[in-house]
Amino acid sequence: MSLHLAWFILMAVLLAGYAVLDGFDLGVGILHPLARSDRERRLFVQSIGPLWDGNEVWLVTFGGALFAMFPEAYAAIFSGFYVPFMVVLFALIFRAVSLEFRGKIASPAWRALWDWGFFGSSLLATFVFGVAVGNGIAGVPLNERGVFVGTLGDLIGPYQVLVGLLAVSLFAMHGAIYLYLKTDGAVQARLGPWMWHTWGVFLVLYLLVTIYTLNRLPGATSFQRHPWAMAGVVLNVLAIANVPRALFHGRWGQAFASTTLTILCMVFLFAFAMYPNILTASNDPAFNLTMLNAASSDKTLRIGLVFAAVGMPFVLCYTAVVYWTFRGKVGVEGEGY
Amino acid sequence: MDVVLLSRLQFALTIMFHYLFPPLTIGMGVVLVYLEGMFLRTRDPLYESAARFWTGIFALNFAIGVATGIVMEFEFGTNWAAYSRFVGDVFGSALAAEGIFAFFLESGFLAVLVFGWDRVGPRMHFFSTVMVAIGSIFSSIWIVVANSWQQTPAGHRIVQMVRNGEPWVVNGEPILRAEIDHFWQMVFNPSTIHRLVHVWIGCFIMGAFFIMSISAWYLLKGRHEAFARHSFRGALILATVSSLAAPVSGHFQSRNVYLYQPAKMAAFEAQFETGRGDFTLFGLPNARAKRVDFQIAVPGGLSFLIHDDVNEPVIGLDRFRPEDRPSVLIPFVSYHLMVYLGLAFIAVTLLASWLLWRGTLFRTRWLLWVCVFAVVGAVAANQVGWVAAEVGRQPWIVQPPIVRDAAGAPLLDTDGFVQHGVVTATLADGSTRETLAGLRTTDGVSEAVRASQVLGSIVMFGAIYLLLGGLWVFVLNHKIQEGPEPVGRRVTSQDLPGAAGALAGHRGSLTSRRERGP
Repeated sequence: MSLHLAWFILMAVLLAGYAVLDGFDLGVGILHPLARSDRERRLFVQSIGPLWDGNEVWLVTFGGALFAMFPEAYAAIFSGFYVPFMVVLFALIFRAVSLEFRGKIASPAWRALWDWGFFGSSLLATFVFGVAVGNGIAGVPLNERGVFVGTLGDLIGPYQVLVGLLAVSLFAMHGAIYLYLKTDGAVQARLGPWMWHTWGVFLVLYLLVTIYTLNRLPGATSFQRHPWAMAGVVLNVLAIANVPRALFHGRWGQAFASTTLTILCMVFLFAFAMYPNILTASNDPAFNLTMLNAASSDKTLRIGLVFAAVGMPFVLCYTAVVYWTFRGKVGVEGEGY
Repeated sequence: MDVVLLSRLQFALTIMFHYLFPPLTIGMGVVLVYLEGMFLRTRDPLYESAARFWTGIFALNFAIGVATGIVMEFEFGTNWAAYSRFVGDVFGSALAAEGIFAFFLESGFLAVLVFGWDRVGPRMHFFSTVMVAIGSIFSSIWIVVANSWQQTPAGHRIVQMVRNGEPWVVNGEPILRAEIDHFWQMVFNPSTIHRLVHVWIGCFIMGAFFIMSISAWYLLKGRHEAFARHSFRGALILATVSSLAAPVSGHFQSRNVYLYQPAKMAAFEAQFETGRGDFTLFGLPNARAKRVDFQIAVPGGLSFLIHDDVNEPVIGLDRFRPEDRPSVLIPFVSYHLMVYLGLAFIAVTLLASWLLWRGTLFRTRWLLWVCVFAVVGAVAANQVGWVAAEVGRQPWIVQPPIVRDAAGAPLLDTDGFVQHGVVTATLADGSTRETLAGLRTTDGVSEAVRASQVLGSIVMFGAIYLLLGGLWVFVLNHKIQEGPEPVGRRVTSQDLPGAAGALAGHRGSLTSRRERGP
């Protein structure tokens, strides 16, 4: 396997890790208005309390790895998506602030402010991530130097908005099942139908995005050349179909595994649609930023692989230790904070 | 205003706000390890109570540090895209190493540190504290490596990129970038160790003064006195040692700056003309008249500090082409402010240590009041030190190397200016052109970004950081007013994570207090 392909795959792995892990805590934020009392809202926040910060590190490392291994693509994407990424930064800071500060004062107005902040920032960040993925598939106008030459309007077309909504519904579904696993009693009973609702909305949007992609962006899929990749599609459909089956049989853990697999398959299909591009030029294929022409030198790619080989086992260990430490149902007995 | 100036302002705003927090966590991390280690050894509950209290404040600082740190990583790409392309092969590796080796370590074990008091045993908890402290130090290593490489690049080559087998030229401009040659030479570039040591000392001073400030306030108010004395003593030792080490490290670092970035040193000391270097104690640089107004100086002081010889000439700004000179006022003022603050820390900590030894420190109210506010000076010293380092680096975002003769002295060109290294690039018609082996700050910004967008982002960051800063002060004050929990009112932690109460809910946010004792 070439160094470039190895790093292309590792970028997809980092993206998948981020989507699966931060996906459920963003989803909890999107579903936050479902909580009816202060106790329930506290429960929602506490279900992700020790975990969301570590989950976000996957995004930071994805960004750092993109900078190091594909600097041409990093520069083009981050400067081209200037306004959307500033919005993401705003949302991520505001989200951290909301989570940290909502419990500090017992005033209802204070808590309402941060509750809506938590909801709004989770929704906004997820939507913009989806829009960015939509732009990845649709491509953006670039010049010969690999510099974005479009406008903000080019980044927010109907297709991108549709993918943004798909991301929101996907994370909401993932988060709903996570919350169901972490809660019990009346809250859990109320979350039950929402697992179905979010699944339904996701299914509709998934079909719309699929149809749109196949009709308008035939270049985004290259199954003719690599028929084996159809396995990803099949697995994806099976995973989506297994969600209601598992819910019906009351196998909540299996349902969560299915939404996790759904996300993994979708990241795989996204990476497959992009391959070998990191950023597709919509105006001229000659300007595509590919895993070859956007990459760092072989030496840096090799150094990075050593980092990954040494670092990733440790990362998996820490993640396992933290998730094991904070396993089980979350409660609010005692006065909390 | 143009994109370059606005992007510099944006970076200055966001990095200076961000840099309030990492030094606090690095410095406090050391103290937390000490407190928990002492608790494990002595089982004195006072240490546990102190560790729990400082952990809450540590986590508050950490959370804001993380939230504002993501901004920095984004900004390289959003505002400095041309720079990112140029340095990604070298600088990016250090940043990626920070992510994979430091951030995961910190954030993972931070959760155990903050939420795990009753879920894991004291040993596992101590281990987590050590891991978080190590993680924050790892992270400082990689970011200082990356920054030092910009100042004194090493271990790389500047090469022309290749497209379709041809040297790449766009609109008549050859496309160059830095590529790694020797990874460890890049990591241990000539300024890394000097700067890292100085940064750590700065962090320890800041963390220690922060703890001294809050402890001194408790002592003055007569609250939590046993706890405050324990904390104050530990922090004072760290602060005294660090304050004494700072000028030593600073001296060697300054000599290194003079060796590799003489223009920066000339800006620090307003050395407009090459010649005997006087050490200015007070003065205001006048760049137009090329002199220092109202100057009080030690004649030959700078020459002595740099060369151990009061008559040896010091290279001035006149040896650099006008477009290669940094501005003088900001580096001069911030550098001198840092030095004076450093000297003040020595005075305060030595006096406090002496009184502590005499046994009268905790009755010397005026000195305790000084300690309450000295943390402001510690924060300022860290900030202005970086301002001097980064503004003094201008006009370069990646400094080109200085060409030297066999004896190591800088070579001058025919106009009498210091020569910088060049690389040869091939143009479209096959002819060649020499280009400086560095990158100017003005050439580093994103081509795709407009001034209005940057201005909008500055307004946004300004507003949200104002809010964040206000909330930080508010919550910090709340925690200080609340104080540490009384000793002995707590059920001791379980040693088995599976024990009965271990599955009790993991309450709260990263910064929240855990539930009270019975």
